[in-house]
Amino acid sequence: MQQDRIITGSAEEAPGLYIHVPFCKTKCPYCDFCSVTDTSLISSWLKSLRTEMELYRHGFGTFDTLYIGGGTPTVLKNGDIDSLFDSLHRYFKFAADTEITVEANPDDITAEKLSQLKSLGVNRLSIGVQSFNENELHFLQRRHTAVAAEKACDLVESSAITNFGIDLMCGLPGQTIQGWQKTLAKALTFEPNHLSCYQLTLEPTTPFGKMKGEGIFALPEEKEERGFFLLTSRFLEEHGFIHYEISNFAKDDQYLSRHNSKYWRHVDYLGLGPSAHSFQNGRRWWNHRSIDEYREDLRKGIRPIDGSETLSPEQLHLERLYLGLRTRDGIAMEDARKGPHGDKIIASLRDAGFIKVKGDRIIATRKGFLVADRLPLLFPD
Amino acid sequence: MKKIRNFSIIAHIDHGKSTLADRLIQYAHLVDDRQFRDQILDTMDIERERGITIKSQTVNLPYTSQAGEEYELNLIDTPGHVDFSYEVSRALASCEGVLLLVDASQGVEAQTLANLYAAMEHNLVIIPVINKIDLPSADIDRVKEEIEHELGLDPELAILCSAKEGRGIEEILEAIVNRIPPPVGDHESPLSALIFDAQYDPFRGTIVSCRLFDGAIRQGDTIRLMSTGAAHKVEEVGIFRLRMESARELTAGMVGYIIAGIKTVSDTRIGDTITLEQNPAARPLPGFKEVKPVVFSSLYPIASDDYQSLAEALEKYKLNDAALVYQKDSSAALGQGFRCGFLGLLHLEIVQERLEREFDQSIILTVPSVQYRFTLSDGETVTVDNPAHYPDPAKIKNAEEPFIRASILVPERYVGTVMKLCMDRRGLNSRMSYPSPGRVEIIFDMPLAEVVFDFYDRLKSITQGYGSFDYELTDYREGELVKLDILVNGEKVDALSIIVHKDRARERAVVVCDKLKDEIPRQQFKIAIQGAIGGKIISRSTITPFRKDVTAKCYGGDITRKRKLLEKQKKGKRRMSIVGNVEIPQSAFLAALKTDNE
Repeated sequence: MQQDRIITGSAEEAPGLYIHVPFCKTKCPYCDFCSVTDTSLISSWLKSLRTEMELYRHGFGTFDTLYIGGGTPTVLKNGDIDSLFDSLHRYFKFAADTEITVEANPDDITAEKLSQLKSLGVNRLSIGVQSFNENELHFLQRRHTAVAAEKACDLVESSAITNFGIDLMCGLPGQTIQGWQKTLAKALTFEPNHLSCYQLTLEPTTPFGKMKGEGIFALPEEKEERGFFLLTSRFLEEHGFIHYEISNFAKDDQYLSRHNSKYWRHVDYLGLGPSAHSFQNGRRWWNHRSIDEYREDLRKGIRPIDGSETLSPEQLHLERLYLGLRTRDGIAMEDARKGPHGDKIIASLRDAGFIKVKGDRIIATRKGFLVADRLPLLFPD
Repeated sequence: MKKIRNFSIIAHIDHGKSTLADRLIQYAHLVDDRQFRDQILDTMDIERERGITIKSQTVNLPYTSQAGEEYELNLIDTPGHVDFSYEVSRALASCEGVLLLVDASQGVEAQTLANLYAAMEHNLVIIPVINKIDLPSADIDRVKEEIEHELGLDPELAILCSAKEGRGIEEILEAIVNRIPPPVGDHESPLSALIFDAQYDPFRGTIVSCRLFDGAIRQGDTIRLMSTGAAHKVEEVGIFRLRMESARELTAGMVGYIIAGIKTVSDTRIGDTITLEQNPAARPLPGFKEVKPVVFSSLYPIASDDYQSLAEALEKYKLNDAALVYQKDSSAALGQGFRCGFLGLLHLEIVQERLEREFDQSIILTVPSVQYRFTLSDGETVTVDNPAHYPDPAKIKNAEEPFIRASILVPERYVGTVMKLCMDRRGLNSRMSYPSPGRVEIIFDMPLAEVVFDFYDRLKSITQGYGSFDYELTDYREGELVKLDILVNGEKVDALSIIVHKDRARERAVVVCDKLKDEIPRQQFKIAIQGAIGGKIISRSTITPFRKDVTAKCYGGDITRKRKLLEKQKKGKRRMSIVGNVEIPQSAFLAALKTDNE
């Protein structure tokens, strides 16, 4: 056991727990996450989820992060949220300082909801604002308006949950660099501790992906996308944020997402709910995406696993490289330096400005972040 | 002995040879109709995909004649493309007669004549067959006239046929048994059998295809291969009936196969004579004319540690394609490889594809070259077929390149475009004749080097498939020949160098730079591609670096998916060559082979 832990990275760190809430009031046309709009299924999903918790209750020890994502967790009624937390505490152990995050939709945020979440121990909110621009929100077919987004952020800022982040999207068709900077500046007025800035990507199975295939709209050119990325990074760093992962910024070390960081460092995590992924001791498995199949397996009392893989040392190495190069933690020198040309390759990537060497770590620069999908391929096998 | 007939079908490409072979096979009921598929003798995927025959195939057809006599007809199917005429001549050495197929609407073509001459050289009985008489455009009278005047054959003896509709098949079969003589040969004489093909089987060793001229052979005999003296014990003999069918013995006049546990690939040589260890033949059969390669290119394994595997594959491949010649070669960009000689550009493509498909090799080919001749200032003459051996320009007194006499047959309406194509390719001295109304034979003196690059493809495309092309090497002529180098980020890619006429160098250089620009993937730095003669840059293109390539999200569900994508890309990278710090995919080397710039 101890040895396995060493291969997969962090030996001492406690595991994280993820709960996938597969419900939304409306489906956003760019989203390829698992979610449905039929909220009448919530109670049976909750029941299945409870069974799943029971099946995993002994496997993971004490968690120190809990992340409730989706979908839209805030579509759950107060009673359902209470019962969810009830079950979580019945089946699992959490450390005293557990980071408990809930993803919230601006339209669902009320003072009452916030105080309920606070009372349940939620100490971190991630607000799915996406934009403060009316046209962009309309294009994204979000439920909320710009005014509602601002109101929700105001509410959170003045609430008892002091640690919160705002999710934003850039690289939208027609969006200008100036417009994006305005959105960022607006977000900063609420003094969030965390910002996630995602460039719009078109997944082929989504309505937007299909529209792109039909040529209805196009994403910005590479040059502009580069502009969005660089502006985001420079602008937020100037305002005191740490660019700690490709799309994530934290006001301070203590505010980076501890839960998400586990994904990037091969720390164990358990994911419950349809489509959720789990990782333990070098093995990864994932649940059925279909809510029906998920419920069906649990009705029979079996784990609703759709597939799994045990990572070979090579696969773990490749994941360490590409995940590490996406974060400011970087990768270990020994991981990069393999083969007879290792040192030469490191030197040339450093000279080209893609990486910097810091002690025994190699860290992608901002320029390196820009090409993070290629960077791992440039290192020797 | 008198019940055997060995024959072949010869024809210009597309005149319906494979279809006629299909009908003859169906007539013999070797397979039931349900299992039958068109082009049944073309067993290689690549033949079926391209609709061409590359390899000769043999099939033994039982036939009962109208007179009630039982025969065994050996059909040896042959390729039609000019590059494979050596396969035709090998097949003809095993026959006593041929069906000369002429398309009823196209008439006599360049390749029809070439095949006829080959058949006459072997003293074969020739049965003219006019095929495709079902076509609305069929002009039987005109074709008969051509048969009389251009081929010098009696048109009254021509059989009318539609292989597609199955008309005339019985008449053809009767003509085969009545007009083609039985093979001559003596059962009782010492064995002499000519190897005309071979194939390597990992379990049974080499499977030798041969024609017996004298004697007999059966299981348990010990054979001797006359050129090497190697002796082997016969495990099985048999005939080809679409699959191998073992037989008690093979006797004089028959065509069949021998399996004798020949595991050493180099023991088997096409054209060699097989005899028996005891009571050997006094002398070997004449064998085959040695084929001379005209196009040269180097083959490299994509991963340099696959060199040994490529060497073994080539050895086995050559068994089945005697026309390929090769020797070791090496390149700074691509490592250890082989310099190969081919019969033409199609032959080169086929070798490449078969090595990849049948032998699972991943290879890179360099730009094909012809054989040049240089006279140096000290009076020495050197022959160069590899740009790497281009002499020091300061020492070249005179340079010569091979010329051909190109003969192109086209319907009259294409004369203008064909003339232009030939002149663009440095064609000289054009002559024209009108072999029949509406059709023109255009003859040009042309440098061979201009033809090895996709000339045939271009001709086919500008004449909508109607142009036919044949050529013969004539002489060497003086020309200003330079070496064009391609540089990627300042480093010479030796595998892309070519020897080219000075007048064509710039155009080539521009095309290659453009092609490479499309084929080399963008990398994290700018890539300059240049064409240079000596130190002088004559063309240039630039590949801009990729500036952004990152996906925004990477959480639980994305991690496996993303790793799989990287694994796939990593695999792709192994198929690339690294020059300096630039990754060049195999497709870039292939693209450099094509010249079309229209």
